[in-house]
Order: sequence, then structure tokens, then C-alpha cells
Amino acid sequence: MAEKLFARPQSLVDVSSHYCPGCQHGIIHRLVAEVIDELGIQKKTIGVVPVGCSVLADQYFNIDSQQAAHGRAPAVATGIKRVHPENVVFTYQGDGDIAAIGMAEVVHAAARGEKITTIFVNNAIYGMTGGQMAPTTLVNQVTATSPYGRQLSSAGSPIRLSELLATLDGAKYIARVSVNDPANMTKAKKAIKTAFEVQIRGEGFALVEVVATCPTNWGKSPVEAKKWLKENMLPQFPLGVYKNIEGVQ
Amino acid sequence: MSEKVLMKGNEAIGEAAVIAGCRYYFGYPITPQSELIEYMAKRLPQVQGVFLQAESEIAAINMVYGAAGAGARVMTSSSSPGVSLKQEGISYIAAGELPCVIVNIMRGGPGLGGIQPGQGDYFQATKGGGHGDYHCIVVAPNSVQEMAELTVHAFNIADQYRNPVMILGDGALGQMMEPVDFHDLPVIPVEKPWATTGMGEREQPNQIDTLRLNPEKLEEVNNTLQKKYALLQEREVRWEETFTADAELVLVAYGISSRIAYSAMELAREKGYKVGLFRPITLWPFPKAALEKAVDKAAAVLTLELSAGQMVEDVNLAIRCSKPVHFYGRTGGMMMSPQDVFDQIVKIFATKGGK
Repeated sequence: MAEKLFARPQSLVDVSSHYCPGCQHGIIHRLVAEVIDELGIQKKTIGVVPVGCSVLADQYFNIDSQQAAHGRAPAVATGIKRVHPENVVFTYQGDGDIAAIGMAEVVHAAARGEKITTIFVNNAIYGMTGGQMAPTTLVNQVTATSPYGRQLSSAGSPIRLSELLATLDGAKYIARVSVNDPANMTKAKKAIKTAFEVQIRGEGFALVEVVATCPTNWGKSPVEAKKWLKENMLPQFPLGVYKNIEGVQ
Repeated sequence: MSEKVLMKGNEAIGEAAVIAGCRYYFGYPITPQSELIEYMAKRLPQVQGVFLQAESEIAAINMVYGAAGAGARVMTSSSSPGVSLKQEGISYIAAGELPCVIVNIMRGGPGLGGIQPGQGDYFQATKGGGHGDYHCIVVAPNSVQEMAELTVHAFNIADQYRNPVMILGDGALGQMMEPVDFHDLPVIPVEKPWATTGMGEREQPNQIDTLRLNPEKLEEVNNTLQKKYALLQEREVRWEETFTADAELVLVAYGISSRIAYSAMELAREKGYKVGLFRPITLWPFPKAALEKAVDKAAAVLTLELSAGQMVEDVNLAIRCSKPVHFYGRTGGMMMSPQDVFDQIVKIFATKGGK
């Protein structure tokens, strides 16, 4: 008898995606949805979506959600979580959203030990506005607003948000993962699941940084983009668990 | 049983918010409204509520957005420069049609300005402040008692219309102590089936969005908002008038200025000048028709504000420039005295040839 081994997660809506070819938001959405399904929390989860490419994420997740102003997702999530402490609240944010305009909000949500989960997609560039420099853009990386490459002397160096947040006592689980190959996808899903479990156990703030591609704005094919990610982004943004309350690395 | 308590205006707003069922407060300290945030810090834990001092006014208003979307009665408060920072969030709250109460205890501006009372945020409060075509309902109390009453009313109508309500006070009202009676303040609970509470038994998710990339959809949303604003203009206009029936000169003032105007009117009446007072209680929607009617028989109008002249524009619009509208104001945190206003009254009567 035929057995269905692979299907769309219940927490994802059956619609076409607006994301560019080779963009990894779709994979990351799926991993988040699979985790929500596996934890059986679809009916009690409230998502907060950011400004940027994933501003339309609420069209894909079959859960209650609110759109936040640019960078303010952790503050919006704080308001929701304080009203509904029994619900599961997560934010989904890009690098411009979380590491530039919303840096204060995420730092203070983490410092307060806000019991929310943040999925941070780092692709080293602004996507939705057309490929401008992000706080995570690599030194010498060419973008629409760093046409001569990001200059260390004037634009400084990329921000490693996971390492930065890991120094805060309220942050209970911080991990950096990638979805550039199947093995890393498995690890990414495990980290996302842990980040939700940390919240469900009421332990505090949890964040998973997903190093991802942006083929369109990097000006590369999806295959080239994955290669560029591995060779350039991963040395700058090493994968691993940066904070775990049990101290397990 | 009626029992009055002596309280600061800022504290009265806090207590009335608790009575109204507000259990969530997000704010950031700023003078001259700090007694309100301090009151909420002390009071909310006593009623199993949540007080959170945010890292900034921007974060605070976005916490309000989240909590309001999640279905709670929620409040934030600040003073002029802090309210400027909140404008981004207020635009989103208006766009998401989320109910909440925002308190502005105004000080002198622009910029950091001072910490003494001012009314220079009238344009910001009533004409937008944030981006886009939206309105907050704006109420302007002129006593500590009314700060309590309008706070409960603000929560009720915020929920009823799914709209942010701003309580526009000033440093004088916030700081002054007066007896206040908290009994018989009607709290009207409103169901919120649209709130993000987790889907639970619902088949469809509740989603609070403000992005509408389709221009036709965005225009449709704007048209819906405008219909709500038209309804508010029809139903939710409040004002108070004194001795306007026979007045040759009608004073128009709100908030603390209306208290000074009242004393000046009494002085003038004692001297035989026929002066009346019109006090808008809702600044948006502005009581246009009522004002037009109130000044119908008067020869002139005198608008009094602690600003360089902002509401005076709405006064002119309301009466369609049908008669002279004079303005007198002080800025910088300076208060006008009843004698100052009386002197202005005498001048106006003199220019039109006596009493």
C-alpha cells in the first residue's frame, strides 16, 4: 500500500511563492513550518513578519500573525507574548531589519530574556529594496550602495549578531546555521526546533541565524551563489551554537 | 457612594486606565509625564497586569501595536519629543485598525524644547504626525477629573471603532493636583474576534497587515478608513460652551488654556463685556458645526493656545472665516494669565468701537 512520505506541512499555505529562483526563504519557511507541525503548536503560534523580502511570509504560514514596521518585530512580539504568555511567538527577520534599523529592539528583547524565538535570515545584502549594503555585507562586497566594495575604512566590518547576542544573559539559545546543503538543512531544522523548545519551556530568548543566499542581488546563479556562500560567508559567519543554557556547544 | 481622592493628573490617567481594564502599559520616561509611567509601574503588578519600561519610545509604541493586535486594552504615554518618536508606530496602528490609548502630556517645543507646559503638538496630534491618511481620535481634558473620565472613554471608543485614541494634555494638567472621583466611570467591553490569539478553534488565521502592494486594494483600505473617520465626525464630537448665547466675543480654548480663558471670561463679564467660552473636548474630530453655531451671534472670536497658533486654523475653517478670528498665545512653556487674556478682550472690544 502506498505510503505518503513527504507532504506540505500543515502550517504552510498551498500557494505559489514570490521569492526569486535560488532564494532560500522557501526552504527556511518550510523548516519553520515542519517544526511548528512536529511540536503540534500551529493553533497557538503567532508569527511576526518583518519588512524586507519576507514581509509577505504571512501569506505562506497558516498561523495567526502580525506584520511589523521595519526592525520592530521583537518589540511587536514582546507586546503579543506579554498578552498571551501561553502562546508561541516568533519573529522572522532579515539582516537589514534585525542588524541595522532594529538592532536596539532585538538586543533589548534578548537582554530582557523575552520568551520569543527569532529566525534571522542573513544573506549579507538588502533584498527587497534591490541589493544595497547591509550591516552583514562582507568587506569588499559590491552592492548597490557599495559600488566600489564595502570599505572597511568608512563602512566598518560586518556585524556578527549571533556572537553579539550570545553575550547577553537573557539569550538562552543562539545558533548559526545554513541551508546550503542537505546536511546543514538537517542541522538548521534541529536548531530551529531547539529555539522553539527553549521558548515553550519558558527559558528565555532564542535566535537562529540562517546564513542564506540572495542570487538575484549577488548577481549569481543559484549554484554559484551557494558556492560563494560557502567560500565567503561561512568564514565570516562560522556555523555553530553560540549560546545554550546547558552549555552544550 | 462617592469618594474623592486628591491626585495628580498624570496619576489619575493611570488609575482610570486600570479601571478601564488596561492591563498592559509600555512606555519610556520623559518629563512632565513621568508620574504616569511610575504609577503604572507600581499599580499594574497589583492587578496582575504587565508594566514594561521599553528601550525607547519607538519600541514602546510597537509593543503597544503587538499587544493591541493580540486583543488587549493597552496604553502608552509620553511627552512631546517622545511622541514624535512614536509617530511611526501610530501610523501602523491606525493602518492596522488597532485600538489603543496614547497619552501626550505636552511640553514646550520644538526639539527638546523645555519641560514646562505647552500646546504646540496640536497639529501633530490632529493632522497626522505619522505618514499617510489617518486620524487618531484626540481628546483634550481640562481637569484632573476629566483626565480620569476621558481615559475610560478613550479605551471604550478605541475598541468600538478600532482606532488609536490620543489623550492630549499638557504639563500643567499632568502635574496639578485636584480631587477626583473614580466612581461611575462606564467601562464598555468589546469583543475582538479579529485579534491574533493563536488560531485555536478558528479555521482561518487572523493576520494584521499594513502592506498593500496592490494600489487598488490600498485605495480600498483608505476609503474604508475615511468612512470610519466620517462616522466619527458625525458621532464622536464633544465640546462644552459657557455664556455663548449672548456673547459678542467667543473665546475658544482647550485643555489648560480653557481654564485660564474661563477666569478671563468671568473677569470680563464682571466688567460688562459679553464674552463666552467654547471649549472643544475632542480636537479630532473637531466640533466644527457646534462652534459655527456657538459664534453665530458673536462679532468676533479669540482663540487662546499655548502655542504660536495651531487650533486657530481649525477655528477659522469651522466658521468659514465669516468673522474676525483673533489669536493670543504664549510659547516656551510660558503660561498666559487671566489678566493677559482680559487685556486682549478689552483690545478687541476697543477696535470694534466699545462694548
